[in-house]
Amino acid sequence: MTPRDDTIFKDSVTRDQPGLRTSLKTWLLRHAQVFFYSLGQLWRAPMSLLMIAAVIGIALALPTGLHVLLKNAQQLSGGLDGAAKISVFLTTNASEAQAHHLQSQIQQMPEVSTIQFISREQALIEFKQQSGFGEALTTLQDNPLPHVLVISPQRTVSEPASLDQFAQRLRALPQVDLVQLDRQWVKRLFAIMAIIARGIDVLGGMLALGVILVVGNTIRLAIQNRREEIVVIKLIGGTDAFIRRPFLYTGFWYGLFGGLIALLLIGGAMSLLAGPVQQLAGLYQTPFQLHTLDLITVGQLMGISIGLGLAGSWLAVGRHLRAIEPR
Amino acid sequence: MIQFIDACKRYPSGFDALQNVSLEMQEGEFAFLTGHSGAGKSTLLKLIALLERTSRGQVIVNGQNTAKVSRRRIPYYRRNIGFIFQDHQLLFDRTVYDNVALPLIIAGLAHREIGRRVRAALDKVGLLSKEKNYPITLSGGEQQRVGIARAVVNKPPLILADEPTGNLDPELSFEVMSIFEQFRQVGVTVLIASHDWELIRRLGHRVLTLKNGKLIADSRSTA
Repeated sequence: MTPRDDTIFKDSVTRDQPGLRTSLKTWLLRHAQVFFYSLGQLWRAPMSLLMIAAVIGIALALPTGLHVLLKNAQQLSGGLDGAAKISVFLTTNASEAQAHHLQSQIQQMPEVSTIQFISREQALIEFKQQSGFGEALTTLQDNPLPHVLVISPQRTVSEPASLDQFAQRLRALPQVDLVQLDRQWVKRLFAIMAIIARGIDVLGGMLALGVILVVGNTIRLAIQNRREEIVVIKLIGGTDAFIRRPFLYTGFWYGLFGGLIALLLIGGAMSLLAGPVQQLAGLYQTPFQLHTLDLITVGQLMGISIGLGLAGSWLAVGRHLRAIEPR
Repeated sequence: MIQFIDACKRYPSGFDALQNVSLEMQEGEFAFLTGHSGAGKSTLLKLIALLERTSRGQVIVNGQNTAKVSRRRIPYYRRNIGFIFQDHQLLFDRTVYDNVALPLIIAGLAHREIGRRVRAALDKVGLLSKEKNYPITLSGGEQQRVGIARAVVNKPPLILADEPTGNLDPELSFEVMSIFEQFRQVGVTVLIASHDWELIRRLGHRVLTLKNGKLIADSRSTA
């Protein structure tokens, strides 16, 4: 290049090649500027920001809220499973002494909370009273019923798998004829909840797609509104990354505010539910507490929300920026 | 600085905007590009600024073959060219200062350096006192000078101007042209598309004449 002596052309050589540190600092500064510039732009139209954020918030609050409720239900059913009883039917030829020996043997197992012995005589009396066959049964010469040991397992073995394992060990004991886990209905409940969980995932996926499209469309309109500006920036040497940046940050802000609104909605719904749930728990005399959002769920929700905002703006920017070229 | 070798431009519509144009401009040279509207002036400038690509032939700018500049590199390539438009292409939602600062922000200069250079460029075009104004409050001539300040603020070695005086009265036109002359004096290559014959004659620089996409004359006009 030619030597220059004019004021505006002075000391160009050194200044045009900044060091790595300076470049990095400038780069970070630019990002910080765009970060707040895009927020400022949104802030100037608070109603439209609020609308978009509310759409995102509602779309995300629905699956997240359902997810939290499901978690509560799972916790509750876990407690039910722990309360499930195991009935151990002994062989009919087992003596009462053998049954008592077995009782003390099982009592030693770590899985056992309490164990109750029901003798075959006791069982017959109960059966006579409850079945309504009282008269007919007196004609029987033999008592057809075996001794029964009713076990309440510890809460720690509430998992279906570990309960099964425990039952397996009981079956292997001598004089044990049949071990019955009274938890078929718990299994069904778990299956139903698995379906509900999957349903919530599907719903969440569809709503997430909706959020991406809403943000994408909003960013697309923003790009079209700033078409002239984009043309000018391209004319004077702005890179695609430079043009893209404010739009991406706009998507980020939409996601952030959408996530916050979702949190507010879920928090509000939970506090509305807390009273009635407390009442119901009181009726069942259980110390059940409605679990609201934990920190991990909050983090996930915010992460997903911001991620969706960014994804939507990436999509719009990728599709529409290339189409705008100076002519 | 600029070299055209049998450059042709055919638009997708089939219209031949430029046919076999060959020319050469040295560093620090000042030239006018003239001809009737539709003669290909704008197309020629667009080929230099890579707003369009040549259909055939070569355009070499600052030692760089424009055909070899990839799409990704175009922004960096354009930073070495100050382009001035007839319609200014200013951003009306920003102040004069912010408009002029834009190329420097794009280039990622430090804040203090930007302030220094923007004020120097505005001082150069005599608009230092208007830095906080919005372009809409300025006259046509002033707007054009803002456009010039923005084009030169990052010290490009080449300035292109497409009808920079198209909307200005003779007095203002002369003023704008004298600013361009000052840039030439510090070694910048200047190429101006214009059909303001009066002004071109008065300034007495090299004149390139296009007609129907062909370069029909390349001579110094007589003052």
